[in-house]
Amino acid sequence: MTYLAKPKLHHPELPTNALGFTRRDYEGAISTLCAGCGHDSISAAIVHACFELSLPPHRIAKLSGIGCSSKTPTYFLGNSHGFNSVHGRMPSVLTGAYLANRDLIYLGVSGDGDSASIGLGQFAHALRRGVDMVYIVENNGVYGLTKGQFSATADRGAKNKRGVANVDEPIDLIGMALHLGATYVARSFSGDKAQLVPLIKGALTHKGAAFIDCISPCVAFNNHEGSTKSFDYVREHNAAVNTLDFIAARPEITVDYAPGKVELVTQHDGSILKLRKLAGEYDVTDRIAAMEYLAGHYAKGEVVTGLLYVALDADDLHGYLGTAEKPLNAMDESELCPGAAALDKLNAALR
Amino acid sequence: MSKLQAVNDFVVKFANVNGSGSASANTLFARAIIRMGVPATPRNIFPSNIQGLPTWYEVRVSAAGHLGARGGTDLMVAMNPQTWDQDVKSIVPGGYLFYDSTKPLPPSKFRGDITVLGVPLTEICNARYSDARQRQLFKNVIYVGALSALLDIDAKVIEQLLSEQFHAKEKLIAPNLEAFQLGRDWALQHLSCPIGLRIERADAVGDRVLIDGNSAAGLGAVYGGATVCAWYPITPSTSLAEAFSRYCARFRVDRETRKRRAAIVQAEDELASIGMVIGAAWNGARAFTATSGPGVSLMQEFLGLAYFAEIPAVIFDVQRAGPSTGMPTRTQQCDLTSAAYASHGDTKHVLLFPADAHECFEMGAQAFDLADRLQTPVFVMLDLDIGMNDRLTEPFHWNDAKRMDRGKVMNAADLAAGREFGRYLDVDSDGITYRTYPGTHPTRGSFFTRGTSRDEYARYTEDGPAYRRNMERLLKKWETAKRYVPAPVRRDAAGPTRLGAIYYGSTAAAMDEAAGQLADQGVAIDLLRVRALPFNDDVMDFIARHDSVFVVEQNRDGQLRMLLINEGDIDPRKLRRVLHYDGTPITARFITGAIVEVAQELKIVPMRQPVPAAE
Repeated sequence: MTYLAKPKLHHPELPTNALGFTRRDYEGAISTLCAGCGHDSISAAIVHACFELSLPPHRIAKLSGIGCSSKTPTYFLGNSHGFNSVHGRMPSVLTGAYLANRDLIYLGVSGDGDSASIGLGQFAHALRRGVDMVYIVENNGVYGLTKGQFSATADRGAKNKRGVANVDEPIDLIGMALHLGATYVARSFSGDKAQLVPLIKGALTHKGAAFIDCISPCVAFNNHEGSTKSFDYVREHNAAVNTLDFIAARPEITVDYAPGKVELVTQHDGSILKLRKLAGEYDVTDRIAAMEYLAGHYAKGEVVTGLLYVALDADDLHGYLGTAEKPLNAMDESELCPGAAALDKLNAALR
Repeated sequence: MSKLQAVNDFVVKFANVNGSGSASANTLFARAIIRMGVPATPRNIFPSNIQGLPTWYEVRVSAAGHLGARGGTDLMVAMNPQTWDQDVKSIVPGGYLFYDSTKPLPPSKFRGDITVLGVPLTEICNARYSDARQRQLFKNVIYVGALSALLDIDAKVIEQLLSEQFHAKEKLIAPNLEAFQLGRDWALQHLSCPIGLRIERADAVGDRVLIDGNSAAGLGAVYGGATVCAWYPITPSTSLAEAFSRYCARFRVDRETRKRRAAIVQAEDELASIGMVIGAAWNGARAFTATSGPGVSLMQEFLGLAYFAEIPAVIFDVQRAGPSTGMPTRTQQCDLTSAAYASHGDTKHVLLFPADAHECFEMGAQAFDLADRLQTPVFVMLDLDIGMNDRLTEPFHWNDAKRMDRGKVMNAADLAAGREFGRYLDVDSDGITYRTYPGTHPTRGSFFTRGTSRDEYARYTEDGPAYRRNMERLLKKWETAKRYVPAPVRRDAAGPTRLGAIYYGSTAAAMDEAAGQLADQGVAIDLLRVRALPFNDDVMDFIARHDSVFVVEQNRDGQLRMLLINEGDIDPRKLRRVLHYDGTPITARFITGAIVEVAQELKIVPMRQPVPAAE
């Protein structure tokens, strides 16, 4: 971590986005994580993505559970409300917040302990309900704050810092997300900003449950020889299926890649994801094929990254519930309270 | 043998098999009596089972309007062979036994000191119906017909109720009327009608309505402006969330767009339920969950967060007998301590104690104002007895001029005007601080909510003095809460006395009746019905002004007594336990018996000076 606070003044020519904000307007407090922590790169990628999308910072709500990853919302989007909740229970708190006001953007940040161990149930149910959110797991396979115990995503046979091998099967959050009906599923690597930033932008513009599993090496406890979540291991075994080049809200974007190399995916809100294909046969809209592809490549020891699945016709929980367009938290007595006359009628029917 | 003689004052108990369709026939019976202007109080006594186990439906008819359970059965409608022996045994001497006499039973199955009323229900039924399901359902209506003749219930009232009940399915009216008439005619022709127990038209019901507390609380949540309900099914609270859902379908659906002005989510468990409630309330919606004891156990960690981070939440706890799974379908008041001090660390939570369906509605709405005003969880403590049973209660009232109290919330204009905002900064010295909803202002008013310690501006800190300042401010807020929660209801004895009794919640009905019995037996006692935690000064004043105070409640350990001792620094010897906790509703007889026994031991001498009434 650094103890040097950034000066509040910034370069007068710092670029601004469509709202007139600079990147500094999307930053948060100084990180207290270890120097070189993958999580800080993810925070930077979130700042970058929100800046480039010109999202009003205060219209984003950032929520987390407990752990190193869950601390990070303090370190980005300082003008957004944040909620550092209970270990493993961010998904339910986020779900409630989303129910209260459908107009905000909900960003849930969690870790592999928070989501795959103590919070596996809530992780699963938030995805299967179709809560409109971006759910990022900063996945390092290890418990950092309690100093190096394996988490539930640690691969079988992976070694901890003392050389002891993990004997439990890992939980594959991507596989679960696909099974449970998440409508935007991606995996990335904190060391690959070029891949990660567009994936976050795609998730932020997606309507429905968007899940990003981001491998984020723990420099203190899981970056050694024998780890399958170290910088070196992930770089060597990264098998990207595509790169997401950009997201545009307008349909008149033209294709400038050779046919077969580029896939354009139009999302619910009209935004277009432009994907450069790296694995020729991969179809991001085919959920079943994605599951097979991932299972096959996992067996070969590869870490498949990129946009893995996106549903073109995605809806969200408010759509399923038929909730009014006006946020529930903005309704007053005239919309909520049936009044005395209705009560008198009800009394009469109860006699 | 003297036969029991009573007009409008007796107990009828139906012994049925769960799942046999008896519930609607039994309800029809109770409603008919009420329609004749006679107060009647039905109670379901049912097992944790879907089909096959014994279930009872007790109707206490009371001209005097006593709504508590009485104990004992004057007329047993014995429809369940499984429980025959215990049912026959439970009839009071001189009472009546109504049974299906199709199959002869040996004399040893009866008692000499009761009147036996045999009606060949199966025979009547089989002669008329061939379909098995019809035989089962109409048998229930046939016994209501026979009972109407035996008890002199007006046939026209039942005919009216049947036509109201089936107004949407009109073709069911005639067959039900026919079955009713079959039973009634058979009894009129073959038995001496009426028996010693009779219903006579009266005017003792007034404008009261018949409803269960869970429905009333769900309705209260609609009126209170709740928009988010997250819940997990658990007996006996399920029907509360379902009632909210039903009333939302009626009152919260836009006529044109068909869009809903409420979001109801059946969560995966109670942890997620309370998590959603906290998330929604943090984001400015009025949110609640409905649960029972095991659910409150699961919610402990989140409740600590809501207390410490100061997030409103409303929890309807419909209590059942614990610990553990306990007796899921039996009533108790046994979650007081686990709710009052829910979570690790130093916590205190606001509890409300509705006594009946009317208060379930009132407090069901008020709880949301309190939660917003105090920015903390508020529990509404129902129990199975008032939650799941239909009960006569004062009609619901609403003042259309009333506005929701959203508490201290800074809006965009406040922030734009430069008002200082510190999420945990106590600017009014009442312990309650200002909050902002997420998304209010582009550059001002955002803060980080956390379960870790923080300073007045919501910045993380482990500084000891800052932690203490915060914890002490929470105590100040607890003091402030005393001004907002419902005050106790006091009812003094006719003359001065040094004896007092404190009670709450569903015990009220039995206590009201016991008050009369105690007066009749010469025991002068002042009563105080506590309606909320924190206890306000009136409660402590009441205890101070009496030498001995009975604390009447429905749990083993005297949980309200513990709270009184703990919160009010009361000498434990002063508070005498009157505890009923076998899972059945407490009765006036039990309360009177327990208090009279002690009063005699104490040899209470009336005071010379009257006790001044509380302000």
